[in-house]
Amino acid sequence: MREELFVSGRNIPNIDPYLNIWHWQIPIYLFLGGVAAGILFFSGIFTILGKDHKMRTTVKVAPLLVPFLLVFGLFMLFLDLKHKLYFWQLYTTIRLESPMGWGAWVLMIITPISILWSASYVREIFPGWDWKFDILKTFESWLIKYRLWIAWPMTIYAVILGIYTGILLSAFNARPLWNTSILGPLFLVSGMSTAAALIIMLSKDHKERKIMGRIDILLILIELFFIVHLLMGFLAGSEAQINAASLFLGGKFTAPFFTFVVFLGLIFPAILEIFELKGFKVPVYIPAILVLLGGLIFRFIIVEAGQITRFLY
Amino acid sequence: MRYGMAIDTRKCVGCSDCVVACQTENNVPLGFCRDWVVEVVDGTYPNVSIELRSERCNHCANSPCVRCCPTGASHFEDGGIVLVEHSKCIGCGACIEACPYDARYSHPDGYVDKCTFCIHRVREGNNPACVSVCPTSCMYFGDLDDQNSKIVNVLKNRKFKSLAPEAGTKPQIFYLV
Ligand code: SF4
Ligand code: SF4
Repeated sequence: MREELFVSGRNIPNIDPYLNIWHWQIPIYLFLGGVAAGILFFSGIFTILGKDHKMRTTVKVAPLLVPFLLVFGLFMLFLDLKHKLYFWQLYTTIRLESPMGWGAWVLMIITPISILWSASYVREIFPGWDWKFDILKTFESWLIKYRLWIAWPMTIYAVILGIYTGILLSAFNARPLWNTSILGPLFLVSGMSTAAALIIMLSKDHKERKIMGRIDILLILIELFFIVHLLMGFLAGSEAQINAASLFLGGKFTAPFFTFVVFLGLIFPAILEIFELKGFKVPVYIPAILVLLGGLIFRFIIVEAGQITRFLY
Repeated sequence: MRYGMAIDTRKCVGCSDCVVACQTENNVPLGFCRDWVVEVVDGTYPNVSIELRSERCNHCANSPCVRCCPTGASHFEDGGIVLVEHSKCIGCGACIEACPYDARYSHPDGYVDKCTFCIHRVREGNNPACVSVCPTSCMYFGDLDDQNSKIVNVLKNRKFKSLAPEAGTKPQIFYLV
């Protein structure tokens, strides 16, 4: 039998057992980043493929939300900071080794890109919109002309942003649950799937919804595969990793994880979407909302659970 | 130069003097600490062994906290002492997540704080407060590169271990066992 006790100091409320420094702000930040990345990716890729007329909501409408999602996400990051007045120092330093640092920079680059992108569609979506100044009108026509040029970097940055939401966590080898390279792709796929769900909710075009529904089913399957892969990888790992996996396989996160994330957030909406493709009448927003909520809860659980996995004690 | 510490787990009586000395010396706010004492009990009665360890930041040579800091607030000082520059710290918490020893905490004033090896005392040629106050003199602080230093001698003659070496951080606190 082995027992480890704190004789002094640590068994005090401010430090142990809750060293958890990341609370609700970080999961929301990661969630919004993922949705935004997904929308920009779909918008960019369908533009590059020349399908922008067929996929109106995906390419033109949904991206209008992205600047708001990103700014709100950055605001969440700001709320997480404990030394808020020093926030600007994130942008006076470039430290490529720090995921927190380069993530903040990726957001700083992709937010203006997303603003330019949506600006080029505003008038198409809201015909009554008037840019008022001539210079803005010239700028708009310039943006419209070079859309394809923006689409490429935007799509690439969207993928980076999506992966980053996972890498922010996976870069910490002190937290065995996070320290796996599968987290980057997993968060990317999950972000894309939530984005697809949001687009399905917004779209009124049956054909477009059908295409996004198919994509979403595929993404959900990949996500499920990644989750199995993640847990299996842990079980084949070191003691610290096995302990991390056991939080989900019998431990205290088992029930919420399998109920809200795996079943209600992935399997059930996928089944509903399949039914819908087969021609059954399913209200579109039910699977979509489930996927979105599942994605959000998934991030909450991973952030929370990761912080209690450690090497010592 | 490479500062390190050797702590004799066989001499330590777990009095926590080091903890109080540190809190006093460094004005650690009430309810927080930069060092702490752990008691590890192994085995079943009557074959039990107890190890007492005074723990703190390991001033790792390959420190994830310095690597992940977005502003460079967490940095290395001379002799490998890992320090947080308060006015550069934005309190993002990345370093707290990155430390396998949970040696950092968020100071009520917003920045992140942790053991400094009492760098202000070391620069004046003194030992860190915890080392100088220890009633059993179970801690040795010094330059690991200096072959004549006491700490190097102790480490040459005794068996020692470091904590969670598998985390790959190259900790610089050694526990004599
Ligand atoms: S013990 Fe933790 S805080 Fe100290 S240097 Fe190592 S990783 Fe950084
Ligand atoms: S909390 Fe401060 S010291 Fe820690 S990583 Fe963030 S900026 Fe650096």
